[in-house]
Amino acid sequence: MTTMQHVWIVLGVLFVLLNIAAGLIWVERRMLALWQERLGPNRAGPFGILIVLADTLKLFFKEDWIPPFADKWVFITAPAIVVASVLMSFVIIPFAPNIVVADLNIGILFFLAMSSLGVFSIILGGWASNNKYSLLGALRGASQMIAYEVFMGLSLMGVVMLTGSFKLSDIVAAQQDMWFIVKQPVAAVIFLIAGIAETHRLPFDIPEAESELIAGYHAEYSGMKFGMFFIGEYLGITLISAMMTTLFFGGWLGPAFLPPWVWFFLKTFAFILFFILLRASLPRPRYDQLMEYGWKVLLPLVLLNLLVTGGIALWLRDH
Amino acid sequence: MISHVRTIWLTFLHIFKKKATIEYPEKKVELHPRWRGRIVLTKDPDGGERCVGCYLCAAACPVDCIALQATEDENGRRYPEFFRINFSRCIFCGYCEEACPTYAIQLIPDFEMAEYKRQNLVFEKEDLLINSEGKYPGYNFYRVAGMEAGVKAKGQGEQEETPVDTHSLLP
Repeated sequence: MTTMQHVWIVLGVLFVLLNIAAGLIWVERRMLALWQERLGPNRAGPFGILIVLADTLKLFFKEDWIPPFADKWVFITAPAIVVASVLMSFVIIPFAPNIVVADLNIGILFFLAMSSLGVFSIILGGWASNNKYSLLGALRGASQMIAYEVFMGLSLMGVVMLTGSFKLSDIVAAQQDMWFIVKQPVAAVIFLIAGIAETHRLPFDIPEAESELIAGYHAEYSGMKFGMFFIGEYLGITLISAMMTTLFFGGWLGPAFLPPWVWFFLKTFAFILFFILLRASLPRPRYDQLMEYGWKVLLPLVLLNLLVTGGIALWLRDH
Repeated sequence: MISHVRTIWLTFLHIFKKKATIEYPEKKVELHPRWRGRIVLTKDPDGGERCVGCYLCAAACPVDCIALQATEDENGRRYPEFFRINFSRCIFCGYCEEACPTYAIQLIPDFEMAEYKRQNLVFEKEDLLINSEGKYPGYNFYRVAGMEAGVKAKGQGEQEETPVDTHSLLP
């Protein structure tokens, strides 16, 4: 590919992703409403789609207040980190056979590394706010993300074992005959749970438990800096959905009557809708329950899954 | 875990259910007669003001949003000189209606009273007084009251006996 093609892919991916993140504001509100037997936004524009514009304008025109007691530069940087780190993770995702920004040999490792950088955003945001509630929210968020990252990585190792590569395009290609959801169902479920916790979406939105911690780590944020945290969250949902699609649901593979990128988009969108459905249905666990569930249930389970997968892979190689 | 999956599935099924949203400005909400909305002052069947300025509504009001001043006309009939309700304070509890001995003050099923200026929510007597008997048609306080106030003569009221001539009772 020429340099110009690379540039166009980068710009295109960036453009699509940021628009998806904004569009999810509408999708989420509308779908949540439907699942709660309401109609949701339906006034601004067709089907209320202009609510995105209204929300964005509101965020821009709100007073963008930096508390005088906050550590100013860290306070400003924190929301940017989450958006940047999530956007960086998208670099490795193959949207279609030739649409990928950088098909790294260590794709999965890069994804894990970038998603662990997201924790800085929470911790720095909570700390720089110089507010006890924010700090407590940040601590919760950080411990949750670290706890769930441990087996998020481990759950992917089964897939890596079966493929023999960290490269995402290889992983997609390896699912030509059978999607990994069939071979690795436990890993898929655990990855999904860890992914939800990683994007701190409901039901695992412990860091922003409004009843005890106001809004958690972003309690002092306002205006577009607050909006950045939410764009980060929506990008995170998209990222986890895209990873689920790539790793367990055959990525861009699909019957030939639709182009590959459409298959990728459809699968990803189905997962995004599932994320929203989860928000509509499940209650939030207590903080200690969340940690207990992670360390005492999911971690042993994922290790067992790894052991069994490894055993079967070895047995298959010898026979 | 199974109960969680079941919950998710049941929530998903809600997408096919009928929506509870009422698209308000186009479609009006059905309000029941006892709905406690905008407060009005009603009139009796003769067209006179029912309010007798007893201050019971103002006393019963938990947020002190009612202000009035009672006065009398030439017949000795009491009426409020001014009657003011500050709807920016009103909580629509209906205590004023409960307290009113003459059915004058009533809460009606109407909530469409948004204003751009807070001052516009202060309703004076001319805003409150309506030309209707409200929820209690046919009731006229001065017809059952014992006193004479230009509505009926002494002893002419409903369920009222004519005054006894105390001199005729003498032994």
